[in-house]
Amino acid sequence: MAKHRGRGIASINYPIGMNLGGDPSQALVHSNPSGKFTVSLSSIDLGQGMKSVTRQICAETLGVPVEDVYVDTADSDTGPHCMGSFASRGTHRVGNAVMAAAKEARGVMMEAAAEELEVNAADLETDGRGNIHVKGAPHRSISTKDVAIAAQFKQGKTISGRGIFLVPLSEVNPETGEMSPATCYAHACLVAEVEVDDETGEVAMVRMDSAYELGRALNPRLVEQQLVGGAWMGISHALFETPEPYYPDPTHGPRDFVEYLMPGPGDTCPHDIAVLERPAADGPFGAKGPGEMCANPVLPAVANAIFNAVGVRMDELPITPEKVLRAIKAQGGARPQARR
Amino acid sequence: MTKTPLQFRHNGRDVAVFVDGGVNLLVALRELIGDMTPKFGCGQGGCGACSVLIDGELHLSCLTLAEAVNGRAVETLDGLKDGPNLHPLQRAFMEQFAAQCGYCTPGMLMAAKSLLDRNPSPSRAEVIEAISGNICRCTGYEPIINAVLAAASSGRARA
Repeated sequence: MAKHRGRGIASINYPIGMNLGGDPSQALVHSNPSGKFTVSLSSIDLGQGMKSVTRQICAETLGVPVEDVYVDTADSDTGPHCMGSFASRGTHRVGNAVMAAAKEARGVMMEAAAEELEVNAADLETDGRGNIHVKGAPHRSISTKDVAIAAQFKQGKTISGRGIFLVPLSEVNPETGEMSPATCYAHACLVAEVEVDDETGEVAMVRMDSAYELGRALNPRLVEQQLVGGAWMGISHALFETPEPYYPDPTHGPRDFVEYLMPGPGDTCPHDIAVLERPAADGPFGAKGPGEMCANPVLPAVANAIFNAVGVRMDELPITPEKVLRAIKAQGGARPQARR
Repeated sequence: MTKTPLQFRHNGRDVAVFVDGGVNLLVALRELIGDMTPKFGCGQGGCGACSVLIDGELHLSCLTLAEAVNGRAVETLDGLKDGPNLHPLQRAFMEQFAAQCGYCTPGMLMAAKSLLDRNPSPSRAEVIEAISGNICRCTGYEPIINAVLAAASSGRARA
């Protein structure tokens, strides 16, 4: 009876978003008389940072400070349409829609500024600090606040913009049935190290090392947060949680947080993450999306690590101590594989 | 139904309410006092989202009868910051990105405060033990553990 260490690897390609009906998201951007901007969305922030990232994208596109942008996701009845916060689509789909809306609003803002400064809009640029000035002549300047006031009360204009992102329809090749359901893929590779107790069947996480390629990381701290939290959920799916019943029938399944097993703070392990940035051609500022994919490679990597440790191939989730123990018994004992 | 008068200290302030028999402290705090910082997660002591301090000791407000805190001092997340100044734990949670959806955060902060109040220099294992009654679905716990350790070391730096 012993504890065996094993290491497993997994790589994934992860398609961003889906293709049903073009997977659309819409955004509206408008300025308030104070010179601040509001982004209206129906895309919900579940804590993954949708508001932060769309705020950054809007501010960067408009050329105004990020403090001057407010993102309103209050109500999906009255907001512009969005398919939802899932499939890792938020940053890519919603971000593209916000970028398009902000681009249109910027055009109106620059026209309004041009009228006030009595110059051609093409000769103007933003300084990113709340001012618009003539290229090469920073003293010929007007604040975005004054432009918003002038547009609203003098010129009778709304500084606003509309944006939508729609995935182009992928034609099916009649000969082969081939099509391209996704426009952009993220990638990841993860190595998991586990310790398997051949007496109890328990699997303990020892460490994880991973590399994620997810386009440009628009907010690196939020990306890291997603990857750390998502890997925990990967551990949970690999080793712990299931809504399926144990014994002897479904009424004995977990009903609540007391019975639904998830890893606690003591069941995690050190996780070293490398983020590789290869900007996506059709992503907002090159972003893809770190959403769901942060959990995905953990499961196969853990299953491979268990094989490496004790020589059993686990093909059913979650990999509970009982399943491991039965498999070890069926092959007549633990058979540690060559260390890789 | 007859109501029972109930008086206690709520974050340093005296409050007096009338409660129905059998009402738990979580409901009293949220619906009668209007303090929405303790969260309802499971209502059976399985998640820790409703954690509060009673006379400085960590308790699950969903499993505590409101009447049981008569004459005692209840601290919730609402009382953690000092005016506009965040508590060192709150600052550390922000800096370490220790919240995502935020639903577990009030309970995590109270569990962490309870730990640091009695042990200002906890080890990593002690932090894990202290928050092991609190479920978090988003963060993977690591940022929360790191935030509590960071708050502890910033407290030592000031002392």
